[in-house]
Amino acid sequence: MPRLNMVEGLNLALDQAMAQDDRVLVMGEDVARTGGVFRVTAGLLDKYGEERVIDTPLSEAGIVGAAIGMALYGLLPVVEIQFDTFVYPAFEQIVVHAARYAWRTRGEVPASIVIRIPFGGGVRAPELHSDSPEALFVHVPGLKVVCPTTPALARDLLLAAISHPDPVIFMEPKRIYRTGRDEVPEKAPLLLPEADGEATQLLSRARVARPGEDLVMFSYGSTVVSCCEAAQKLQDERGVSARVVDLVSLYPLDVESITGAASECGRAIVVHEAPRTAGLGAEVSSLIHERVMLDLEAPVGRVTGFDVPFPQFANEDDYIPSIDRIAAGAVKVLDF
Amino acid sequence: MEEPLRIIGDGVGQPDWAPPVELTEKDLVAMYRSLVILRTFDERAVSLQRQGRLGTYALYWGEEATHAGPLHACNDSDWLFPTYRQNSIGVLRGVKAATILAWWRGYGGAHGFYQVREHRVAPICVPIATHLPHAVGLSWAAKKRGDGICALTWLGDGATSEGDFHEAMNFASVYKTPTVLFCVNNQWAISTHVSRQTATPTLVEKCVAYAMPGLRVDGFDVLACWKATKEALDRARAGDGPTFIEAVCYRIGAHGTADDPRLYRDEAESERYRALEPLGRYRAYLQRLGALDDDQASDIHDEAKALIAAAVAEMEALDFPGVEILFDYVYASGRPDPLTEGLDELRSIERRPEVKPLGPQPGASPGDADPLPEGA
Repeated sequence: MPRLNMVEGLNLALDQAMAQDDRVLVMGEDVARTGGVFRVTAGLLDKYGEERVIDTPLSEAGIVGAAIGMALYGLLPVVEIQFDTFVYPAFEQIVVHAARYAWRTRGEVPASIVIRIPFGGGVRAPELHSDSPEALFVHVPGLKVVCPTTPALARDLLLAAISHPDPVIFMEPKRIYRTGRDEVPEKAPLLLPEADGEATQLLSRARVARPGEDLVMFSYGSTVVSCCEAAQKLQDERGVSARVVDLVSLYPLDVESITGAASECGRAIVVHEAPRTAGLGAEVSSLIHERVMLDLEAPVGRVTGFDVPFPQFANEDDYIPSIDRIAAGAVKVLDF
Repeated sequence: MEEPLRIIGDGVGQPDWAPPVELTEKDLVAMYRSLVILRTFDERAVSLQRQGRLGTYALYWGEEATHAGPLHACNDSDWLFPTYRQNSIGVLRGVKAATILAWWRGYGGAHGFYQVREHRVAPICVPIATHLPHAVGLSWAAKKRGDGICALTWLGDGATSEGDFHEAMNFASVYKTPTVLFCVNNQWAISTHVSRQTATPTLVEKCVAYAMPGLRVDGFDVLACWKATKEALDRARAGDGPTFIEAVCYRIGAHGTADDPRLYRDEAESERYRALEPLGRYRAYLQRLGALDDDQASDIHDEAKALIAAAVAEMEALDFPGVEILFDYVYASGRPDPLTEGLDELRSIERRPEVKPLGPQPGASPGDADPLPEGA
């Protein structure tokens, strides 16, 4: 079984999808000849040719708009937005068209596209290469929003997203693109194009990243890794057993897993890199308070980025929830 | 500036040119029929709005040639990408007129949205220029599949100021997609004159920047619109890529039923253009050609009136939409939990006695309820 990092896991998913179904194509800025600035699409041009692996003009609305048209014709485009902030020019296409095509055609023609967005900070990137815009998409009815945290999950989720009829915003935490390796079974977990139901399931399930029973940390993306480290610190320093739940699916949220974990542990925090106000943390916290408040020993806490522009990278470690901030946030809830 | 291509004369100073040789007399009459159906729909929709039976409606009176001409140049398998201004174009492709009227009545679901693949007509696009990349993408996909299918899309003069227009033009020309971008330059974007949209004297010259062929035609002349589109489609089907067409006309009516053009333009100008309107001009041309007699014309008008009257009756007989319609098909893969909860919440509260937001206005005399549009 090959040991892959997340970039390689994503690449394997694209390769497997393209091999299985000739409707799948990959499109974006610098995805063909260079294989993408993060190399997620490396090698695909040689294998599948320039009709299916397409270097586009610098034109995000054009890329997403053309992908919607292709989907209308029956193709399955996977588009790459080079960096998080580059998605903003495509926002109108995503919100007014991709998200509404199923509704506007009574399910006849959903915009079956996957929009891959490497996101978040921590890689010492220049200004405007480190945003976490996922909550903007979570707020748009008609979109599915997912975020993988491990190489194996990245492979499986991307395949699921491609075989899913609804448009999927596929958030890729670039800070952990190459930091960990997983054994990724070569056998694809699902086959195009018959995998709709299975894919829907896979795209809506949270997972436990670390077991524990005194407190639960809900997170997604690269801060899941930080949460696991913070949990270890709490274990070492205070003997606290902290569970980490990786949300994976940001829309829809896996409500049962979230409320179940909150009930079992009685104390919870939500951790994300995106700004705090009206972020995923607010939604997860509300869900828990609405449904299982009486099982709680303390109000749900939040450890998040701040309501400020993502800083120049000299200060990015101050902005991104650190292990120490997460642990401190957990202690506040533990000591409530 | 070169004069736009014109075939139909005005019967006074401007000469008639022969119809394109590819068109039979039957084709010429079929095009007349399409103009009449579009005109009848439009006039009827305006009167329905005035009676409170439709919501705000975007009329197209006088622009019918820019709808029917290009449509008749298409194969049946080609795709159409209309804006709200071409809202009824689907009717010429088999979409029920009642469905389009219901859309303007504020109905969604099966009442107001049609099946797009069945008719090869994309949903009516409300935001400006955002459908243009879709037309490019669809025709690009068809080209990849070697299917010989083209996409025809409409835009207005104002749309040429939008980023999506330029991105679509650029994609189309870089990848030589089989796309026809048909720009109806009616000179007004609500209250903004085309001279405030662009500093270029024409819109067609925009295509120079994209190395794309461009054509300029009289937008009141259905045969000129047909001929330019046919030429563009032939080129697209031969693998030579997209074409931009500027059809020069004038928005004789208001932008929509909620708009009052007297606030921003001299309506005497609009009246001068009214004399050029495409339906009467084409009928006179066909009669000079001897291709349409009065009986035939009158039959066509009667048929259109009956078609639209039946559509109005069908629209008004539609059930008032239930609450499910809010949640249906938001996701093709089924309702996520928050949608199911929303539906349950709505169902748990008794719905107020049905207040239909649209219906005959209180106090309207019975005689006002169903007048036939003027001149239809």
